[in-house]
Amino acid sequence: MKGEGCRLGWHPSPFGPPVLCMVRYTIRRLLALIPVLFGISFLIFTVLRLIPGDPALAMLGERATPQQLAQIRAQLGLDKKLFFDFSGERNVFDTQYFGFMRQLLTGDLGTSIVRRTSVRIELGQRFPATLELTLAALLIAAIVGMAIGMIAALRRGSAVDAGSTIFALIGVSIPIFWLGLMMQYLFAVNLGWLPVSQRLDTQFSRGFQGVTGLYVLDGLLLGRPDLAWNALKHLLMPAIALATVPMAIIARMTRSAMLEVLSQDYVRTAKAKGLRNRVVITRHALRNALLPVVTIIGLQLGGLLSGAILTETVFSWPGIGTWIYAGVQGRDYPIVQSGIIFVAFVFVIVNLLVDLSYAFLDPRIQHR
Amino acid sequence: MATATQTAPRRIETERPQRSLWGDAWRRLIGSSAGRVGLVMSVLLILLALLIQVVMPYNPARDRNLRLRLQPPSMLMDETTRTRLKVDTWSQPFGTDELGRNLFVRVLHGAPISLTVGIFSVAFAVVFGSLLGMVAGYVGGWIDNVAVGIMDIMLAFPSILLAIAITTAASGPDTLSTRIFNALAGVPGLGRVLDQQLFNAMIAVGIVEIPIFGRITRATVIALRNQEFVTAARATGVSGNRILFRHILPNSLAPLLVQATLTMATAIISVAALGFLGLGAQPPRPEWGTMLAGARDYVTQGKWWYPAFPGLAIIITVLAFNLLGDGLRDALDPRLKK
Repeated sequence: MKGEGCRLGWHPSPFGPPVLCMVRYTIRRLLALIPVLFGISFLIFTVLRLIPGDPALAMLGERATPQQLAQIRAQLGLDKKLFFDFSGERNVFDTQYFGFMRQLLTGDLGTSIVRRTSVRIELGQRFPATLELTLAALLIAAIVGMAIGMIAALRRGSAVDAGSTIFALIGVSIPIFWLGLMMQYLFAVNLGWLPVSQRLDTQFSRGFQGVTGLYVLDGLLLGRPDLAWNALKHLLMPAIALATVPMAIIARMTRSAMLEVLSQDYVRTAKAKGLRNRVVITRHALRNALLPVVTIIGLQLGGLLSGAILTETVFSWPGIGTWIYAGVQGRDYPIVQSGIIFVAFVFVIVNLLVDLSYAFLDPRIQHR
Repeated sequence: MATATQTAPRRIETERPQRSLWGDAWRRLIGSSAGRVGLVMSVLLILLALLIQVVMPYNPARDRNLRLRLQPPSMLMDETTRTRLKVDTWSQPFGTDELGRNLFVRVLHGAPISLTVGIFSVAFAVVFGSLLGMVAGYVGGWIDNVAVGIMDIMLAFPSILLAIAITTAASGPDTLSTRIFNALAGVPGLGRVLDQQLFNAMIAVGIVEIPIFGRITRATVIALRNQEFVTAARATGVSGNRILFRHILPNSLAPLLVQATLTMATAIISVAALGFLGLGAQPPRPEWGTMLAGARDYVTQGKWWYPAFPGLAIIITVLAFNLLGDGLRDALDPRLKK
């Protein structure tokens, strides 16, 4: 009986879905996450083991002796079998895969083959840079995209509307690495308004220790507005480049959601009873149009993570993207492995949070 | 009397305009401005890709002209510079790169590469995706669960990451991808368009796109599996394969075609992105993403034309397929039209 309300998914209560239903739904979604996370790590482990080339050789160079190579291989666990060891010399599960899973579950990500540093510490240093870039891009995309979409919907058929449609079309067709290059030329080289690359000018970055790792925030927290301003100038161009595609998608979505809501009876009623246009739009229309827009904004985060790799490469932004990329170039397994798995986990968890918040915001959604 | 009653309804039938699903769709596609523009642009691009080597033969390996290194578009030069460099007003409309190569020629010769790679990676994804989706949807049970699980996991990756991992895994002297490419080496004209690394990137992008098509086909199959016409076919003893391919698959053609066109657009961007990261086509091949990678070092020197034109070529191509895909969607499924 309890399940009835959840399955129907329709809750007349004004306080959103019953708490019990939400908890059940959340738990079910969390449990469903476990096989996906296992699958991701299994897939990445397998794909990366297919990479030709011997990491031990890459580490020591061509002049290494066979003894040295064997020693390094044993140290890295590369002498073990991939999945199961049936030779009888070791435990069946004493293999690369199970070793890797044990490490992953205990949060130990191994050491970089090239630099011999802890992968977890490097990840911790790199992630805030990507987070700052992604959040800034999401913020820009959401604010500008929603504004464009709203204006286009309210002035339907006007030049603004036509312009926004064209912007939305071209926006999803632009390769962001190209946009990044062209912005570098225009704003850094030609106009000289913004720095070309990196997170800070050298005079600021020398010896700088962040608190949160988000440099703009750090500058404000540490009472150094000059540093925050410098960080912001560095952040602006990559963030705008990264924001373009989601901005176009958000603008399109906001426009169609607003148009749909504006044609609803309750908007007409609100107008008919003499409310000011501004009130009708903000209180009645916008609130209802926001729901699908919020979902779309959340779902853009995955695309932003993809785009961050390219944007970071263009702007030499020291985040996870450039880190993974350097790992690929240097055949540094542990880094590529941890980086990709980390990003995929973040992606999956963010998508889950978006789904859950959507279910919470809109009681009409089915909790299947 | 008998003949009259027999012929009357037949005549009415022939008087109705002959309209098929695809004929209607074609009319709607041509009727929408997005579809019309997209169709014209795509057709022109395909024609360009087919004819460029005939009209303007080009060998990237031999092309260099160090006298004209990094020159801006020729129509933007003043007259004295043009006479000094001995170039015509329109001979180098896109400027030249660091080896003095004419970017106009190179950008045009990028078209067959990007279109081939886009078409083949999408075709790869459509074939394997729809097979996977059909089997999963029709057989059901644990096979379906496993297939859906794999597709969900693949969709859980940011696409470029998975493509990077697969491209890296596929490149090497003795991988499966290398062997397939070597086996294909005899196909005439292939070497002009593809190299080993680009082939790997193409397959990687294709693999990443498989779940998109798997999901579509599976959804159609599940929706149709218990429809009356399928039950009727099964009751008359039609084999499972025949039901799948003759009765069910044709119904998923429309959504597959729409998705394939839209995926062409993303595939072209993805392959260019891999080229930009150095994981796709290798220089001197005039692939647009690879050209942008080469342009990177010269942006800070103010050579704006070097990245500008290959990038515009990508935008135009991607835009063409996005427009065509949008038009096809509206044409094939009028219910979806907002």
